[in-house]
Amino acid sequence: MPETGHRPSAAAIRDLAEEHMGREGALLPILHAVQARYGHVPEEALPVIAEVLNLSRAEVQGVVSFYHDFRDAPAGRRVIKVCRAEACQAVGAEALAAQLLERAGIGWGETTPDGALMVEPVYCLGLCACGPAALVDGVPRGRLDAGALEALLNGEGQ
Amino acid sequence: MTRILRIFVSGDGAAKALGADRVAEAFAREMAARGIEAPLIRPGSRGLVYLEPLVEVETDQGRIAYGPVSARDVAALLDGRLESHGLTEKIEALASQTRMTFARCGRIDPLDLAAYEAEGGWRGLEKAMALDPESVVAEMTASGLRGRGGAGFPAGIKWETVRKAEGGQKYIVCNADEGDSGTFADRMLMEGDPFTLIEGMAIAARAVGAGKGYIYLRSEYPDAIRVMREAIGHVRSAGILDRAGLAFDIELRVGAGAYVCGEETALLNSLEGKRGIVRAKPPLPALAGLFGSPTVVNNVLTLAAAPAILADGAESYAGLGAGRSRGTVPVQLSGNVRRGGLYELPFGVTLGALVDEIGGGTASGRPVRAVQVGGPLGAYFGPGDFDLPFTYEDFDAAGGLIGHAGIVVFDDTVDMLKMARFAMEFCAVESCGKCTPCRIGAVRGVETLDRIAAGDEEAVTLLTDLCATMRAGSLCALGGFTPYPVLSALERFPEDFTRRREAAE
Ligand SMILES: Cc1cc2nc3c(=O)[nH]c(=O)nc-3n(C[C@H](O)[C@H](O)[C@H](O)COP(=O)(O)O)c2cc1C
Ligand code: SF4
Ligand code: FES
Repeated sequence: MPETGHRPSAAAIRDLAEEHMGREGALLPILHAVQARYGHVPEEALPVIAEVLNLSRAEVQGVVSFYHDFRDAPAGRRVIKVCRAEACQAVGAEALAAQLLERAGIGWGETTPDGALMVEPVYCLGLCACGPAALVDGVPRGRLDAGALEALLNGEGQ
Repeated sequence: MTRILRIFVSGDGAAKALGADRVAEAFAREMAARGIEAPLIRPGSRGLVYLEPLVEVETDQGRIAYGPVSARDVAALLDGRLESHGLTEKIEALASQTRMTFARCGRIDPLDLAAYEAEGGWRGLEKAMALDPESVVAEMTASGLRGRGGAGFPAGIKWETVRKAEGGQKYIVCNADEGDSGTFADRMLMEGDPFTLIEGMAIAARAVGAGKGYIYLRSEYPDAIRVMREAIGHVRSAGILDRAGLAFDIELRVGAGAYVCGEETALLNSLEGKRGIVRAKPPLPALAGLFGSPTVVNNVLTLAAAPAILADGAESYAGLGAGRSRGTVPVQLSGNVRRGGLYELPFGVTLGALVDEIGGGTASGRPVRAVQVGGPLGAYFGPGDFDLPFTYEDFDAAGGLIGHAGIVVFDDTVDMLKMARFAMEFCAVESCGKCTPCRIGAVRGVETLDRIAAGDEEAVTLLTDLCATMRAGSLCALGGFTPYPVLSALERFPEDFTRRREAAE
């Protein structure tokens, strides 16, 4: 489980970064490790990672912001990544997503005020023959419908 | 029921997304309750997603297929009260395929090295080690295999360039970024038969003299990441490549949610720890790729085709197909289709046969109105194009592409203006930002389509001009090919681009 909410110490980040620093092109593995631990890539991690890899802070920042996966703020306690790509659209994913966002009272990429739920867009999960598809807290789900969403919102599978 | 020897419950990501883990748990429980002692195996997928979760019960008669199976069905299944599809291998949708790359997928425990070997695994690598590198490349060239990632570049020619390139360290990079909507063949192979990919990469390494390999696997595939990582670990700890006489190590790297990182040079930048910006070519990655070294970048399916080609000879592969599209292609049917899934077939089957006969038409039961072939950069076609044979050449000539061989089916409720708008929106979201026609053009494209939707017919000319600019002024196919879905929608379904205005009048 990610230690979401914890403010990481510079030493903890340094330890994580140093675990990977010997690898070729270590930055992405390090960022993944940081996000896996903290649920996001905290601002204060950037200079530490930059120093370990002998990069500028701006370079690290540039990489973090380029990739959709890396968050700069903690996620909600539940994260639903709904597929918005064509094959899922063909079976009604857009309407389903709209319903989910409306029920939660948020927009794409937002978290509910109580921090319970975040909904993010994703473009294809390789579940195109059994859409609408989503990753629910990292777990792939297929053939979602209104009933399944309702169950999710009511905390099923938590 | 005759004695059960083994039970197979699909462990593929799509099956799991449809509840296969709960089915497996129910089997463990119900088998214990009945005193049935038989191994419960979690293979990958046979590819028939419409039957997932698929369960196979093996007796001395063979494997009997059931599906879709839910956890509630398990007791009835074990008590012989659930209707089956008969012997799995006799299911028409499977029996009519030509399985080469996916020969083992769905049939064996993906992480069982003994099963892999028993089913013909490592024969291709053995052959490659017995041949000199030049002859390995010659086999690949003779097979006619073309890159399955989308561009269709002949694999043998790429390997030959890398083989001949000067350079101490050379790399094999497997492109497992599979970002195209409507495609899941790479995922299924990695989850269902990961050793085949490893063997293919090892053959490539033998052919070009590479010492290190990377698999760049998208983060959206948690199951594939897990299986592939374990498979690499098994091969390493069993010392299989060492024993074969090959000094080659493979490392898995996980992407970070950027479609453009499927483009080979952006992928290389990403592997190097940089932003996934597309590089100008030349230099070709084959000559100056990862960290400036000669690099083979191939799609999962291209590499995974190599073992069968080496093991059975180039002719066995080249003998299949049509025109300059040789061998087999794992067609993926998805979207609003009745029998969605993966079907490995020789090139040349018509689009209509794929959608109507194999796919069974739409899932909704409504008429098929449009199909998008080749992912988000592929063109939309209609039933009027259903006589098109599925080959690189025929789709190219028809103003489209087969890409990674995904076909997304839409019924008559689809709004093609919306799909065109989505293509532009996707390009805007995923653009690496290097070229203005792509970065800015796509945003303008969305605005222009909104104008058309609002009834501004003049904006259509603007849209076609914009598409021409994107095609001409983009460095890679993201900006360069986004006009395919947009213009094909406009050309084949013009009524969707005027309808609103009429409705308003
Ligand atoms: C925007 C874009 C996305 C791409 N995505 C992928 C991908 O996800 N997987 C892939 O194998 N090739 C992808 N390609 C094609 C690669 O650039 C490259 O042609 C391919 O990896 C070469 O391998 P192959 O010859 O085996 O097909 C993409 C190309 C572009 C322009
Ligand atoms: S076309 Fe788009 S994605 Fe491709 S290099 Fe240019 S800006 Fe980047
Ligand atoms: S398009 Fe939604 S999973 Fe592929």
